[in-house]
Amino acid sequence: MLFELEAVDYSRSGTPVLRGLSARLPEGPSCVAGPSGSGKSTLLRLLNRLADPQAGRVLHRGEDVRDRDPLGLRREVCLVPQLPALLEGTVEENIRFAGSCAGREPEVERLLGLAGLDGSFAGRDAAKLSVGEQQRAMLARALAVEPRVLLLDEPTSALDADARDAIEATLRELHRRLEISTVLVTHDLEQARRMADWVVRIDGGRAVEQGPVGELLRVS
Amino acid sequence: MTSSIEISLGEVAASLVLVALAVALSLWRRADLERDIGIAVVRSIVQLTAIGYVIQAIFDEDSLALVAALIAVMVLFGATQARQRAKRVPRSFVPLLIALSVAGVSTLGLVVALGIFEPEPRFLVPVGGMVIGNAMTAAAVALNRLGDEMHDRSREIEATLALGATATQAATPILRRALRSGTITLIDSTKTTGLIFFPGTMVGMLLAGADPIDAVRLQLILLYALLGSVAIAAVLATTLSYRSFFTPAHQLREPPAP
Repeated sequence: MLFELEAVDYSRSGTPVLRGLSARLPEGPSCVAGPSGSGKSTLLRLLNRLADPQAGRVLHRGEDVRDRDPLGLRREVCLVPQLPALLEGTVEENIRFAGSCAGREPEVERLLGLAGLDGSFAGRDAAKLSVGEQQRAMLARALAVEPRVLLLDEPTSALDADARDAIEATLRELHRRLEISTVLVTHDLEQARRMADWVVRIDGGRAVEQGPVGELLRVS
Repeated sequence: MTSSIEISLGEVAASLVLVALAVALSLWRRADLERDIGIAVVRSIVQLTAIGYVIQAIFDEDSLALVAALIAVMVLFGATQARQRAKRVPRSFVPLLIALSVAGVSTLGLVVALGIFEPEPRFLVPVGGMVIGNAMTAAAVALNRLGDEMHDRSREIEATLALGATATQAATPILRRALRSGTITLIDSTKTTGLIFFPGTMVGMLLAGADPIDAVRLQLILLYALLGSVAIAAVLATTLSYRSFFTPAHQLREPPAP
């Protein structure tokens, strides 16, 4: 099993966000779906130790994540945040920075291509890209650390339908070419159907159901 | 240097006319600064008079131990004052103490070791006071910027941590900007000194009848000493403080409740 969460409690500023949450996420494309404020993004942050739960355990391939070096874990399980958060500078500088974190010399053009951007984006100012382009740039940056798992926090929430479809096509292509597992957070059950084999539905900080997408999210 | 000047209490009192002008302007524009101006006047009279007598006593004793004690007190007060201005930085008092102490001791030590000043109270007290005061301001500004950016850019910091970056790597761009904030004011004033304004030491020496060239040279020495000390203070204060924003697992800490 890729990830297991066992009775996880997490509070932020004294407010409970996750309450005794237990869930499993297998290898391959999976999805955490739920309404806004249900704790989806928080769950994602626990998977690579950007935060630790106050109670319970998070296991990655059977090992408690707290027993792992957090930096090594994050290079293996890389999170792409929801809102654009690129560093000042060009797209290439962002990608090379990520590569340096993992001690790698990234192939910038190849990574841009994987993220659906052409090579001309390398020299562009990251702050001046459109939201969709920034999402792709963050994806290219994350791929520079050569992760085995990608955590994607609502990668299409700020995009129109055409841009969303394009990003989804890019992610499916990534699955095919790199064979990395993904955990995608979304509030859109239709997107969960399109993008995942396994879904965990959460609400009010608890997992309400989980299983194969085909069983849980029947086409209405 | 030729003769010193003597200032009477009456002359000091006469200068309060200018303070009255400031109060009148505040009243006219309803800026509500009268109380603050009044407090500033009273505090400056009390504090400067007190320190004047302290300095006189230190000069009379001609004791380096008393100089060290005075500088230690200034460092303590400076760190306390700077901490008030950088409330968003947790546990900043000890880093500030270290930053101001190192800035003060290293700058004074260097100017003595280089033979610029003799190790005597009449040099060490005023230079030490200037160094600590400017170092305090630089450290406070740098820490203030650090605190603001660590909160305002938390999203970017966490996105950087999410790539497997260390806390240091994530904070480095912010540390650079904080250092610039802490030192740029003095750098800019050093660039324009003599063109737009005459710095205080030079003014004091000219008023006391010193040769203008001597006054300029002493002022240059002090400006360069200050540049070094503010850089030391700003770098140390921010370098020793930024880690308090992160956990040992390179996670961004939740900010304390307001």
